[in-house]
Amino acid sequence: MKILVTVKEVAEAADDFELPDGALDIDERYLEYDLNEWDEYGVEEGVQIAEENEDTEVVSVTIGPERSEETIRMALAKGVDRAIRIWDDALEDVAFLDVEARARILAAVVAEEDPDLVLTGVQANDDGFGATGIALADRIDFEWAAVVNHLDLDVEGGLAHVHRELEGGVEELTDVELPAVLSIQTGINEPRYASLRGIRQAQSKEIVPYELADLDLDADVTDSPLSLTSMYEPETESSATVFEGSPEEEADQLGELLGEMGVVEG
Amino acid sequence: MTVLAISEHRRGELRDVSFELLTAGREVADALDTDLHVAVIGGDVAEHAEELNHEGVDVIHTVPAGEEFNHGVYTQVIDSLATDLDPRVLLMPNSVNGLDYAPAVANGLSLPLVTDVIGFDASDAVSATREMYASKVETTIEIDADRFCMTIRPNEWAKAEGAGDAEIREHEIEIDESRVRSTVTGFEEVGGGDVDISDADVLVSVGRGIEEEENIELIEELADALGATLSSSRPIVDAGWLPKNRQVGQSGKVVTPDVYLAIGISGAVQHVAGMKGADTIIAINTDPNAPIYDLADYGIVDDLFEVVPELTAQFS
Repeated sequence: MKILVTVKEVAEAADDFELPDGALDIDERYLEYDLNEWDEYGVEEGVQIAEENEDTEVVSVTIGPERSEETIRMALAKGVDRAIRIWDDALEDVAFLDVEARARILAAVVAEEDPDLVLTGVQANDDGFGATGIALADRIDFEWAAVVNHLDLDVEGGLAHVHRELEGGVEELTDVELPAVLSIQTGINEPRYASLRGIRQAQSKEIVPYELADLDLDADVTDSPLSLTSMYEPETESSATVFEGSPEEEADQLGELLGEMGVVEG
Repeated sequence: MTVLAISEHRRGELRDVSFELLTAGREVADALDTDLHVAVIGGDVAEHAEELNHEGVDVIHTVPAGEEFNHGVYTQVIDSLATDLDPRVLLMPNSVNGLDYAPAVANGLSLPLVTDVIGFDASDAVSATREMYASKVETTIEIDADRFCMTIRPNEWAKAEGAGDAEIREHEIEIDESRVRSTVTGFEEVGGGDVDISDADVLVSVGRGIEEEENIELIEELADALGATLSSSRPIVDAGWLPKNRQVGQSGKVVTPDVYLAIGISGAVQHVAGMKGADTIIAINTDPNAPIYDLADYGIVDDLFEVVPELTAQFS
């Protein structure tokens, strides 16, 4: 069995970031890069399945610049067998890679790798589109399930028994035919820390770089009717009364308020 | 030319986002000078059509298709309706189920998709507003296409209210069962147990800012001192530091206490969905720009590890 896990290196903006008028993205110096939180759970789920099923290979795939190799190596250190990284001059210049472009690129990787199961994160915590996995599934004619927080794989029966986490504390129990794309929700497992041995082993694991042409894709795969034309800080609507002073003084004022509200007798 | 909005129901009831879709849909239809159509797929379609018949809706399409949501059925029905109606905009909810079919619908119809939309404008160019970087920025996405799909964020638009006089059109659409490859076998309520946080008058709620499992104790001590109930945001439950029945938010509990004390919680939209109805919201967070301050009535912009022990000491 082969499991393909999509991973993305995402940027988090520092609290004190600045965004000048007309800028279409936050400047790099305010950004910190890490593996997407949802993908950590996808990686863990893939590795756990490989541990429970013989002859199972876990391959991670990412669309990202050379910088992201460090992040991908962490997935390799946690048990992913090998990785594919797609990057291209044509991608370098794109400010906004839409869902369709991502799905088309990943579909070309699926054609190459022929996995039985694809795991994606529910969403990326930078742009939060939450759509790539399901768009990919439809494109490659796999079955799918979005927002999976429990997975029980019946390889022989060709089914994935999943729970989908709906709103309001309700889970939907669904049987999904394989091959399938599952978008993985946080909390489905406990992602492991990489061991020292894992980190050492990851150094010799392969990260294959692909350009678009290697996947028989043209640069026009990035063409989109969607474009990001502005980015700005939302106007704060805060009308909060902020207590000021030393931590003790702040706590005193809040304590007084709680007393006045009758939260505590005092 | 129409805007076609797809309503959402679960276990016999329309979900709130269905009524928000009517308001958003009317706004988009007005901006594009076109009609608003709404589709009810599956469930008690006649009853739901009646419930959705609000001011601003021109046509309601009903399609009987089983009791509950199934994406294999939804994608086929929407594909058929879209072929029939040729809508300018397909509007869907950015809900868990919406995200289970909207990307496939867009892919199947070869239409661009913008998800989690919080605003729409067509006065100059056609564009949608959405957030990025964990709500720290908003972006404008220009849409240069004759036809497109959007999913709208729940709780952003008001629910439609006034009575309507929409035309109701009944459809029979044949489903190709070979293309239905998932089977819903049941539902499960989660997060039960000894504590019901939705019952509490005062909630002391802890979030990611607590950093380590062992630090949860600090917040527990404060909750005890105040005679309050301990709750949390999602990351604390994901990490296994508190049980699921303590989780406030979209996938956890919706709470409406008298006082909600949010400690180390940034206020992501999924969390806010679960606590915005609290009477008084108090935040302790180091980041003055954290979205929780948009809702908070009172705040302390400081290190929780310094403030919380001081606060606890006052009531012990």
